[in-house]
Amino acid sequence: MATLLKNREILLVIAIIALVFLIALRFPGFVAPANLARVYNDTSILIILALGQMAVILTRCIDLSMAANLALSGMVAAMVNAAFPGIPIPLVILVVVALGAALGSINGLLVWKLDIPPIVVTLGTLTIYRGTIFLLSKGAWINAHQMSDAFKALPRAPLIGFPVLSWLSVLAIAAVYILMTRTPVGRAFFAVGGNPHAAVYTGIDVGRTRFLAYCLSGGLAGLSGYLWVSRYAVAYVDIAAGFELDIIAACVIGGISIAGGIGSVGGAVLGSLFLGVIKNALPVINISPFAQLAISGTVIIIAVAVNARTEKRKGRVILKKAEAV
Amino acid sequence: MKILKALMVTTAVSLALMTNAAHAENKKIALVVKALGIGFFEAANKGAQEAAKELGDVEVIYTGPTTTTAEGQIEVINSLIAQKVDAIAVSANDTDALVPALKKAMERGIKVISWDSGVAKDGRSMHLNPSSSPLIGNMIIKLAADQLPDGGDVAVLSATATSTNQNTWIAEMKKVQGNYKGINVVATVYGDDLADKSYRETQGLIQSYPNLKAIIAPTSVGIVAAAQAVEDAGKVGQINVTGLGLPSEMAGHVKAGSSKSFAIWNPIDLGYSATMIAYDLIGGAEAKPGAELKMGRMGTVKLDDNNEGAMADPFVYDAKNVEEFAKIF
Repeated sequence: MATLLKNREILLVIAIIALVFLIALRFPGFVAPANLARVYNDTSILIILALGQMAVILTRCIDLSMAANLALSGMVAAMVNAAFPGIPIPLVILVVVALGAALGSINGLLVWKLDIPPIVVTLGTLTIYRGTIFLLSKGAWINAHQMSDAFKALPRAPLIGFPVLSWLSVLAIAAVYILMTRTPVGRAFFAVGGNPHAAVYTGIDVGRTRFLAYCLSGGLAGLSGYLWVSRYAVAYVDIAAGFELDIIAACVIGGISIAGGIGSVGGAVLGSLFLGVIKNALPVINISPFAQLAISGTVIIIAVAVNARTEKRKGRVILKKAEAV
Repeated sequence: MKILKALMVTTAVSLALMTNAAHAENKKIALVVKALGIGFFEAANKGAQEAAKELGDVEVIYTGPTTTTAEGQIEVINSLIAQKVDAIAVSANDTDALVPALKKAMERGIKVISWDSGVAKDGRSMHLNPSSSPLIGNMIIKLAADQLPDGGDVAVLSATATSTNQNTWIAEMKKVQGNYKGINVVATVYGDDLADKSYRETQGLIQSYPNLKAIIAPTSVGIVAAAQAVEDAGKVGQINVTGLGLPSEMAGHVKAGSSKSFAIWNPIDLGYSATMIAYDLIGGAEAKPGAELKMGRMGTVKLDDNNEGAMADPFVYDAKNVEEFAKIF
């Protein structure tokens, strides 16, 4: 039992269940299966984004440009659809994933080749991407009636009882899980973040690994761009403004260490779900909008505080005998 | 030489317009907009031309800079002063920057008014607001009530809890709530003008108030997100989303049925009224607190202590006209 409680994922699962239970005390409808499915669906985009952010954070980097990348990819998806409604949606998705990955690779190249600190690079590209949306759209909105029906229908189309949006996030979780645990690249993410110097000696190219992490986060942001725009049926410059902080918060709550090297797919998913539950519960438990902001912030700080405590590694005694002497 | 030429032209024009014998020459009214090529202002010009046609002896000069800058507008105003127009009606890119140029115009006897986006008091004789907070507050609840002859629960989806405009409109709405029998405002929630939060707040409203009949969103981001959430929840026909939005942004949702009607100012009426007021001032009317100026088919506008007036109720858009206006703005 004690070892179980030390496992961060299990701790988070317990926290989420407790949270849902508390919410149900005030609003019983919240625990209805249909509602829980709705909450998961609402959190899907955050989950997909958190998976990308996790890979980047694991390599001791950070991607502040994800939400801007999402907005730019989303705007391009909407503009392509508005101009050529005939293009099949899977092709549109392929285009925005490629575009997102390309935008992510810009971050990666700057971090890799020019050795600029990741926070500076992505802070810069964040504003560049937002600015580019304005240049592309001239500030105009792409609205529901300009998008084709197929474009809007895909994420909400039911498939075996759940919307496609939910399934896409499940697919993303599975794909990233396999990538992280079964491929050399996934291992490299951990190695680079855990100890970059040691990673070099094992033959891992640190810069290239970081570059790949940024491509992954970019590609997932591109996918989310389409999902976001079609879900809310509107694209404009400011969509998902400030969402990068939610993504990073989800990762931090999920136990992914900002210092790199520590984290898991399960953590990213559970961290996102934790935030998603709060976001969806706040409107129904009827509390003041000012208190809502304070609650969100408090929860994040508590999560980080718990995180910092469990992360504090005790120095390992490697020479037991010498100590005993 | 130039003067002679101008004189000859005006004589020719007035000869051609002998029917308007009372006026020696055409009055030149300049409609200065924030920038050319913006649908909203093109529509305002349409209204101004309508007014000119109705008045007969008015020539509307529709002009503005190519980008929305105060510098560009100052240049335009200076050239209008040189052209000796009779009146300038401006939608300003900057409240204060235009004041010196407009003062110069007024010193030369040119009547100056601002509309849509105002100039500071010193730089104009009056300002025409498209509407007023009490009119907006009344309109948004009326839109909801009109679809609910038997009354019912309605909720408000606002922007942020601190946004001044929305709070004023909602306060004005609550003042007149008693005039609409059976309309029960059950909640006010805040979507922070974010699509995802507004969407989630709407879902929350749908869950918390099973008898909800209408959602009033006096914000353009909120109304679109609420309409989408209602459509996704399969509540079209049960819950009507209304409030303030732009026709181009709402056309799809009116078609989908989630919004029966919504309101925003009509740019055509605004251009029409600005032209009419300018004409009234040229004709000798004085813009002072308490004065009533004529706006043709739009009635009259009464000026307050700041020489500001409100044109009319926000204009209502529904399935009949939204497609047409969606092309404009």
